[in-house]
Amino acid sequence: MTTFLELLLGGLSMGSVYALIALGFVVIFKATEVVNFAHASLLLAGGWVTAVLHDDIGFWPALAVGIASAAAVGASVEFLVMRRYRGQDQSVLAIVTIGVDILITTDLTRRIGTDVLALGDPWGDAVVHLGPVTLPQTRIAALVSATVLIGAFLLVFRYTSWGVAMRAAAEKPETAALMGVRLGRVSLAAWAVAGALAAVAALFLTVFPTPGLERATSLAALKAFPAAILGGLDSTTGALAGGLIVGVTEAMATGYQSQLAFLGRGIGDLAPYLVMVAVLLLRPAGLFGTKEPARV
Amino acid sequence: MASLQVRALSVGYGPVRALRDVSLDVPEGAVVVVLGGNGAGKTTLLRAVSRTLAFHRGAATGGSVTFDGRALDGISPARAVAAGVVQVPEGRQVFARMTVADNLRAGALGSRAGSRADTARSLARVHELFPVLAGRSRQRAGLLSGGEQQMLALGRALMARPRLLLLDEPSLGLAPKMAATIAETITEINASGTSVLLVEQNAALALRLASHAYVLEVGEVTLSGPAAELAASDEVRRRYLGITDEAAPPPAATRPLARWSA
Repeated sequence: MTTFLELLLGGLSMGSVYALIALGFVVIFKATEVVNFAHASLLLAGGWVTAVLHDDIGFWPALAVGIASAAAVGASVEFLVMRRYRGQDQSVLAIVTIGVDILITTDLTRRIGTDVLALGDPWGDAVVHLGPVTLPQTRIAALVSATVLIGAFLLVFRYTSWGVAMRAAAEKPETAALMGVRLGRVSLAAWAVAGALAAVAALFLTVFPTPGLERATSLAALKAFPAAILGGLDSTTGALAGGLIVGVTEAMATGYQSQLAFLGRGIGDLAPYLVMVAVLLLRPAGLFGTKEPARV
Repeated sequence: MASLQVRALSVGYGPVRALRDVSLDVPEGAVVVVLGGNGAGKTTLLRAVSRTLAFHRGAATGGSVTFDGRALDGISPARAVAAGVVQVPEGRQVFARMTVADNLRAGALGSRAGSRADTARSLARVHELFPVLAGRSRQRAGLLSGGEQQMLALGRALMARPRLLLLDEPSLGLAPKMAATIAETITEINASGTSVLLVEQNAALALRLASHAYVLEVGEVTLSGPAAELAASDEVRRRYLGITDEAAPPPAATRPLARWSA
């Protein structure tokens, strides 16, 4: 039972981090209908800036600069690349993001090399005892930060003019333009927000028990893809649910690996994708996604 | 002094010509109607004014559009809204997943220097014109009836405090009674100083509302003049009002309706 609780809480915590990444992914998809395969590279960029700066300017300022840089990288990708392709087919745009991802990731992995960079976080390897359950502090910090950020985002999305513009542009771009919404700005803001959320996620993907930021970190970020897809690509609620499902599934499959030995090793990495396939078989638009209405 | 001037406007969607040499005026404070069948270029004309041709891969290939002496060519749709030109799109296009209140907020996003007080005043006016929207403000717009959605689309456009309102077939798909209600509202909106450019297939209704009318056929203006004159002309009566002056032909040997058989 203790193991189960530890796995569940750990899974929820990782899940909330995946939800942060998936949320950015969904925000870009909603605002521009582009499936952003460059998302992992934004995350890596934010993490790298934090890792490089924390020795000189301290952790918190470094994190702030890292978040700002990832937002800036996201905004520049939109402004310098995606904007040139406006009006193109969305599948073309998705492929363009793959190209962008390769460029950014290649440059960053070259800089990182074979190093494992610490981000200098204040939590270290401290653990917290909640009754019989033992959790690393980092996991609790992740859960709390992700909850606060996601909550703040949803409030802004629901109640501010920016949120109204964003939702209007997501639902009917042309009509939103007729209302005076500047679609270019909406899409720029979406990329910046996605970058910022990804940078926060980068922090929690690289803290204890993970050794640090390395080349493979962007692979961990890829788990947000099944999260976003199984939740429904156009649903913010779906991103949260998907993130949590992926996090818990992964934690459980890894934790109970010995009982699942007949499935072979590494089932933990595979499980999120299995869940995604199973969900999509039953609900092709994802758990909370909008079904394409078809006129008969 | 005409507030909207369209001069020799030609528009194409790629190789397809949609408008050819169209000229049209909407004087300050007037209601002007453009009649025409499907594919005549009515919606294209509105898109050219509201600057949304690019969404349909169309572009103006000649001519000019000016509003209050300012050229509208080459500006963004948001700029056009800020200048006071606001379009209600065909088929209402309310934001179905958003609440009625949020739809109205979206309408105010592009208004000129929209202060909070101004927005509150616009909202009060919209609620006064359409009391039903006030009652449903928390409801999702997708759940409204067709007529209510048309009211919402009109109200949403009014939130931007337009000086020229472009209406694309506001009576489309509405019951006759609801269409009449919408028509009354358009008159009311116009009475408070907003010029209206109305595109309609329902010619009888539109000619009652308008002071001036144009007939568009295959992308060209074929008739224009004061609405009353056009309503009386044989051509318009025959083609758009469905009235024939000749005595109706005697009904052929009437047969009770029966199942079709070989």
